[in-house]
Amino acid sequence: MDIILKGGHVVDPANNVDSGSDVLIKGDKIAQVGKNIKANGAKTIDCKGKLVFPGLIDMHTHLRQPGREDEETVLTGSRAALKGGFTSLLCMANTSPVIDNKGVVEYIRVEASRAGLINVYPAAAVTKGLEGKELTEIGQIAEAGAKALSDDGKPIMNAEILRRALEYAKMFGLLIISHCEDTNLSRNGVMNEGFISTKLGLKGIPRASETVMVMRDIELAGLTGGKLHIAHISAKESVEAVREAKKRGIGVTCETCPHYFTLTEEAVLGFNTKAKVNPPLKTKEDVASVKKGLSDGTIDAISTDHAPHSVEEKDVEFDFAASGMIGLEFALSLANTELINNKILDWSGLVKKMSVNPAKILSLHGKGSLAAGSDADITVFDPSAEWIVDEKRIESKSKNTPLAGRKMVGAVLVTIVGGKIKYENGKFN
Amino acid sequence: MAAKWARKDLLGLETLSADEIGLILETADSFKEISQRPIKKVPTLRGQTIVLFFFEPSTRTRTSFELAAKRMSADIVNIQTSASSLTKGETLRDTARNIEAMKVNIIIMRHSSSGAPQLLAESVSPSIINAGDGSHEHPTQGLLDIFTIKEHKKKIAGLNVSIIGDIAHSRVARSNIWGLTKLGANVTVCGPATLMPPEIEKLGVKVTYDIKEAIEGADVINMLRIQLERQGQSLFPSIREYAMKFGLDADKMKYAKKDVLIMHPGPINRGVEITPEIADGPYSVILEQVTNGIAVRMAVLYLVSGVKERIE
Repeated sequence: MDIILKGGHVVDPANNVDSGSDVLIKGDKIAQVGKNIKANGAKTIDCKGKLVFPGLIDMHTHLRQPGREDEETVLTGSRAALKGGFTSLLCMANTSPVIDNKGVVEYIRVEASRAGLINVYPAAAVTKGLEGKELTEIGQIAEAGAKALSDDGKPIMNAEILRRALEYAKMFGLLIISHCEDTNLSRNGVMNEGFISTKLGLKGIPRASETVMVMRDIELAGLTGGKLHIAHISAKESVEAVREAKKRGIGVTCETCPHYFTLTEEAVLGFNTKAKVNPPLKTKEDVASVKKGLSDGTIDAISTDHAPHSVEEKDVEFDFAASGMIGLEFALSLANTELINNKILDWSGLVKKMSVNPAKILSLHGKGSLAAGSDADITVFDPSAEWIVDEKRIESKSKNTPLAGRKMVGAVLVTIVGGKIKYENGKFN
Repeated sequence: MAAKWARKDLLGLETLSADEIGLILETADSFKEISQRPIKKVPTLRGQTIVLFFFEPSTRTRTSFELAAKRMSADIVNIQTSASSLTKGETLRDTARNIEAMKVNIIIMRHSSSGAPQLLAESVSPSIINAGDGSHEHPTQGLLDIFTIKEHKKKIAGLNVSIIGDIAHSRVARSNIWGLTKLGANVTVCGPATLMPPEIEKLGVKVTYDIKEAIEGADVINMLRIQLERQGQSLFPSIREYAMKFGLDADKMKYAKKDVLIMHPGPINRGVEITPEIADGPYSVILEQVTNGIAVRMAVLYLVSGVKERIE
C-alpha cells in the first residue's frame, strides 16, 4: 500500500527542501514531495507539527554480533536504531570473530536480512584480527558488500600499514575509518588527563594521544589520496587539525558523537564507569570546539559510537570497566537539545550531519535524500515531545548509559525503512 | 569541638570537613593511651566483626588496622587476594555482597584501583574504610600524618608542609593535601616533572621541581616512597639520578629549618628518597607515625561503628 505523510515540515537538504510538504511513498521508493499531494487509497500518517526527513544513518555502531550476543545482536541493535530514527547503520568489525573476511561480512548481511528491520552495512577490518599487521583481503571483502574498512576500537599504530591500506582500498572505492589513538601515550589510561584525573587518582589519557594520530592520518591521506574518515573526534586540537587539512584540500572527513558535544569529563566524578568511553570525555572547551566544528562544516557527521556493554563489564572497578556507552536511542534528542536549541545547527544542517553526509561518505546510493526515486527511508520526529531516560525502556540489550534519569526533548514517532513502517509510536512492525 | 560523626564510611579526606578531621584527631588523642597500657585492650568494639579486605600486599597498614581493631576487642577476618585474580571470576561487588551476607560490621579495604572502596560503599551496608585505593586516597595515612604533625607543632594552620617525591601515583600525597589544606597549612609538592600530576596546583598547593625550594622554610617535610619499577616507564632516567635530585640527604638538610619534622609513610627505600642518617636522625618522626597510626585507626573504627544509619 502507498503511504502519504501529510502536513509535516519536510527537511530534505539534499534537495533544498525545508518547508511544510507532503511525502508520497510508492512501494519502496519516494514518489513525490510537494504541497497538497492527493493520494487516494494511500495510508495516511498525520505529520502536523512534526518534522519529516530522510532516515538517519549511523556511521558508527557496535552490534556485538557475532560473539557478544548477550550485549547486543543485529536484531536488538536494529530495534534501538529504529527507536532513535535510524534507518541504516554501519556496524564495526571488532566482533568475535572479527569481521575480517568475506565469510563474516556475508554472515552479517544474512543476519541483517533475517532481522529485516533496517539497512545494516558491515564495516570490515583493515587488518587481520585487528592486529595492525597484515591487510585483510580487501578486494573480496568489498565484493561481499562491506561499505567501509575500520580497525575501530584500535588504532593502526604502524603508519606504513595504514598508508598501504589507504592506497589499496582506493581501487575498490572503500573508505577507511580511523580510530585515532596513540597507544603509547594512552597506555593504561582510563579517562581524560587533567585536573579531574589528578583528583581521582586515575591514569589520564593525554589529549595529544588523539590529535597526533589525527595529524598523522591526515598526512597519510594527503600522501595516498585515499578515502579517510576520522572516527569519534573529541579534542579541540583534532577539530583544528581537520579544519586545516580541509583548507589544504586533503580529502578527509570526520565525525563526532553526541557525548562529545553533551558531556564533559565531570561525568566521571564519583568513579562513574558509565561515563568511561574511548576517546575519553573532555572539557567544556572541547565541547565548544566540537560544536564549532559542527557549525562551520569541519565535522561532517554525527555518529553514535553505540557501544553496548553488559552490566558485568561496567559494574566493576573503574580501571577494569569496559569503555563505551550506548547511543542509538538518544542521539537525535541530544542533538535537538544541544545543537538545534542552542542554535549551533538548523534542522537542515543537522539532517546533513546525520543522514545526507553519512550517505555521501559511505557512497550509499539512494539514501540521505527524499528526491523522487530515492529509497523510502524516512524519520518522523516530534521535536517537542519530552521523555525521561529510563533503563527499563531502553530497546538496546545493554543499558550502559550515563544519561539515565535525564530529561530528553524530542522523540521519534515513525521510522519508515524501504517504504515499510517499521516503527510507529513505540511499536515495531 | 561541636562536630558529630555521621558517616557510615571513610573513603577519603576530600569529602570531610575541617571539623570532622578535628573530631577524628581528638578521638585518636584519647585512644593513644590505650596502646601504652600493660594490658592493651578495651571492650569498645566487642561483638563487632571487621573484615580486612586487602587486594594489594601490605604489612604496615594491615597490621596497624588489625592491632587497632584487636585492642578494641573486635573480631577480625583477613582476606588477602589480588585484584587481577578477582576480575577473572567473581566481581568485586559480588565478593562484597557475600561478605555482607555474613553480617559483618566494617570492611577495611585496600585496592590497587582508584575508586574501588566507593564502589563497595555504594553496594553493601557494612561501613567501608579505605585503607588505600590506587593513586586516589589513603585517608588514615593522611590523618596519622596530620596527627603526628599536630603533636609536635601544636597546630596545623599556617605551617609549611612540603611533600616530596612521586606525587602522581601517591594516594598519601592526595590525602595529605586534602587534610592539610582544609586545616589551613601551606602545602608545597615537589618531584620530577614526570611524576607531577597535571593541574595539581588547583588543589591549592604550590608546585616546585627544585627540592631546595621545598626544603627551605618547611616546618614539615614528608618524603614519599619512590616505586623502583617507575624507572622502566621512562618516568625518570635512573634511581641514582633520582636520589641525587630528589633524595633527602645531609647535604640538602643544610637548607632546612632547625626544628623541621621529617616524615615518611614507609616502607623506606634507604638511600633512594632518604638517606639512613636522615631517616634515623633527630628530625625524623617516622616511627612515631607508625605508633600514631594505631590510635588514629582506633578512632576511625570507633566513630564509624557508632553510626547506626545503614543503606538499604
